[in-house]
Amino acid sequence: MAGPVLEMRSIVKTFPGVKALSDVTLTVRKGEVHAICGENGAGKSTLMKVLSGVHPHGSYEGDILFEGEPCEFKDIRASEQRGIVIIHQELALSPFLSLAENIFLGNEHATRGFINWNATLKHATELLRRVGLSDHPDTRVADIGVGKQQLVEIAKALSKKVKLLILDEPTAALNDEDSDKLLDLILELKEQGITSIIISHKLNEIRKVADSVTILRDGRTIETLDVKAAETSEDRIISGMVGRDLEHRFPERSPHRPEEGAAPALEVRNWTVHHPIDQQRKVVDDVSLEVRRGEIVGIAGLMGAGRTELAMSIFGRTYGRYAAGTVLKDGTEIRTKTVPEAVAHGIAYVTEDRKHFGLNLIDTINRNISLSALKKVARRGVVDEHEERQVSERFRKSMNIKAPTVFEPVGKLSGGNQQKVVLSKWIFAGPDVLILDEPTRGIDVGAKYEIYTVIDKLAAEGKAVVFISSELPELLGMCDRIYTMAAGRLTGEFSRAEASQESLMRQMTKDKEVSR
Amino acid sequence: MSSTEVTDKTPAAAPPGGNGAGGGDGLLQLMLDGMRRNMRQYGMLIALGLIVALFAVWTDGDLLLPRNVSNLVLQNSYILILAIGMMLVIIAGHIDLSVGSLTAFVGSMAAVFMVKNDLPWPVAVILCLAVGALAGAIQGWFIAYGGIPSFIVTLAGMLTFRGLTEIFLEGQTLGPFPKGLQTVANGFMPEVGPETNYHNLTLLLGIGLIALVVLQEVRDRRRQKEFDLEVLPAKLFLLKLVALGAAILVVTMLLASYKGAPIVLLILGALLVGFGYVMRNAVVGRHIYAIGGNLPAAKLSGVRDKKVTFLVFLNMGMLAALAGLVFAARFNAASPKAGLNFELEAIAASFIGGASMSGGVGTVLGAIIGGLVLGVLNNGMNLVGIGTDWQQVIKGLVLLAAVGFDVWNKRKSGS
Repeated sequence: MAGPVLEMRSIVKTFPGVKALSDVTLTVRKGEVHAICGENGAGKSTLMKVLSGVHPHGSYEGDILFEGEPCEFKDIRASEQRGIVIIHQELALSPFLSLAENIFLGNEHATRGFINWNATLKHATELLRRVGLSDHPDTRVADIGVGKQQLVEIAKALSKKVKLLILDEPTAALNDEDSDKLLDLILELKEQGITSIIISHKLNEIRKVADSVTILRDGRTIETLDVKAAETSEDRIISGMVGRDLEHRFPERSPHRPEEGAAPALEVRNWTVHHPIDQQRKVVDDVSLEVRRGEIVGIAGLMGAGRTELAMSIFGRTYGRYAAGTVLKDGTEIRTKTVPEAVAHGIAYVTEDRKHFGLNLIDTINRNISLSALKKVARRGVVDEHEERQVSERFRKSMNIKAPTVFEPVGKLSGGNQQKVVLSKWIFAGPDVLILDEPTRGIDVGAKYEIYTVIDKLAAEGKAVVFISSELPELLGMCDRIYTMAAGRLTGEFSRAEASQESLMRQMTKDKEVSR
Repeated sequence: MSSTEVTDKTPAAAPPGGNGAGGGDGLLQLMLDGMRRNMRQYGMLIALGLIVALFAVWTDGDLLLPRNVSNLVLQNSYILILAIGMMLVIIAGHIDLSVGSLTAFVGSMAAVFMVKNDLPWPVAVILCLAVGALAGAIQGWFIAYGGIPSFIVTLAGMLTFRGLTEIFLEGQTLGPFPKGLQTVANGFMPEVGPETNYHNLTLLLGIGLIALVVLQEVRDRRRQKEFDLEVLPAKLFLLKLVALGAAILVVTMLLASYKGAPIVLLILGALLVGFGYVMRNAVVGRHIYAIGGNLPAAKLSGVRDKKVTFLVFLNMGMLAALAGLVFAARFNAASPKAGLNFELEAIAASFIGGASMSGGVGTVLGAIIGGLVLGVLNNGMNLVGIGTDWQQVIKGLVLLAAVGFDVWNKRKSGS
């Protein structure tokens, strides 16, 4: 096959406190579809941001060669001029502008600042046809489905004379039919000589479209495999993705012994939730699970598997549109239609996105901790400030929140300390069931250990803990039982003894037709 | 990122109370720290002091003549009442453009009740407050449960209530109001006791207030100790008490050497203390801060955000009604043009007093300080003979400067 169109050599990219890429090398041949896969946080998206100029030249180390020439992109425009176009996971279309306007946004057919609508419409129609859309270019983006929107993004890329197309998890938000269409289009573009890089963790997808695959792990290139070669099995890719040495330490956990005959603390039956906007799509599909007192149950899944959606829809239906299913607490069915109801039934949900959904960043540690259970420090609607302060001081000490006083705004704390505040807040609410969504995301190793210890202690106190995470080692280190999720469904259940990174990853990368 | 910087400050904790020997340096440090934490409010308090000083000098002391101080309170009472409610609205992350119109509307209702139908004034007052609450509740319902942005709902309210006012008054000015109501809005506390050159009841009230404040502070300190919490060092605590006492005493003496405390001032004081307490100590107050600070997080914490939003607007309506009554009674007439631009004055007062466009920040005391800054500016500029044209320009610039200073200060501290 042809020589390399893109070479990225020894790329190193550091964010304050974190080394996102420590040594990545990537070679993409001309005219191929090159897949990049790896766990969440392996550095895939960061790498593509370096390539497309989102992280400008100078903010990283290493060399980028495109078509044999060195590249020093200072922004996205610079990389687009060279024909490198990235389509982000979150679509970047303006919903109330038409398809044509979106396709040429920032790149308008204009003379002296005035748009030539005839040329715009003509070219837009051509481009839409190229990506297989027959919608009129005057249609508003908001009026077409996500699948079609993804195709419009590609049309937009084509309008920029794209040579290298980068797609970041393009099918994550699509249903099967739309995914297939998109993958076919990628193959068609390949026929037309466009090189693509596709980030994906759906292995069947990679097998369908990719020629080669590069595996990243912990910010390093592990290997590049030829997908068409016989020895490149899915197992081979999986072992490349997870094969990290387990140097994390976890608190010693004694195996959980369920009480005989007791009903599970939390049981969810046949839970089905639809996407809030695209109501045809089941985000959570017929999920049934249970957690017992004193047990830590993991939910493993990659991004888009529906874990957060499952948790949030159970917790006061704060996500999506409820379709079916029941929630039982200690064997009796309960209503969890609103957050106060869920909290009253002793359920707590610690969000994965603490900055947006967990904390009031401009307020103090003190007030954040007390918020979800203010009544506990209040008499007849009046908060006893002294008691409140005493409570939060207690948490500051027991959780080792590093701040001089509890009157520090939480926005000033580090990620790990913020997470401790969120945890304190929900522990203070005194729940029986804690749903922890990625409780260690974005925090350093030391703080992680502290969080693990807290979780272990909660379970030892007899609380039921649901532990959602995409880091397999921590699930294996902490959980008594682990469920796997993929595409909104439960795809497996493992006891502590049965679970391994490989077996979990296999179930996590299962797609629908495979699991049937 | 600043977690290390934060830990560095730990030693600033107070030395154990009482024996603050050689603690003069630490004391100052502590005061500065406290001020830095509440930069905006202290900043505005200092600015208020400077403005007062400026005009006191400029007017050869006329600004602080007892008569003028009384006037200042009466002139600004309705804006201050509105500012309290507006502060709550803005903390909750909303805005209310309708309060000026609503003030006029309630004034017209008051005239219809009392002038046209001769209802006894206490009954009419209660009816008027109910009308205001209802108006606020309707708007609050659309905002909280209907999901229509508050800007739109209250813009509609601004037009609607202004129109209704003109319809009720048929374009005319109605008056006069009963004596009782006029006294409440414009009068002073009754004169009692022996002739002392001062207003006795006001003096008593002032002394009582000082005693109450001291008692409250001491009790608070004792409770803090009970809960094993850090307290201010004794020296600083004493300083605080003296400063508070002196401030109250000065205002009391000023008022007492004229006709005494205006009754409106008592109402304002009660509102300030009451709402201050609610916003600081009541569960519902906390919830208002929470929904303004981060709505999704508040929802996920189990805060009934819709109910809280609804209540905030209901309350605003009621306070607008109170302001409308005071305004109508003060001018002894209900006019279709009453309350023009009051909403903007109240909003400006809130922002000068430390509110944030994005919600979640601000105090009731801040709203009062902001309102007083505007009030003193108005009054002072009138005294020195600056025309209303330039007054508007200057007030506009003060608003810009106050918020600009805050933005700059925040950016500097990197949060």
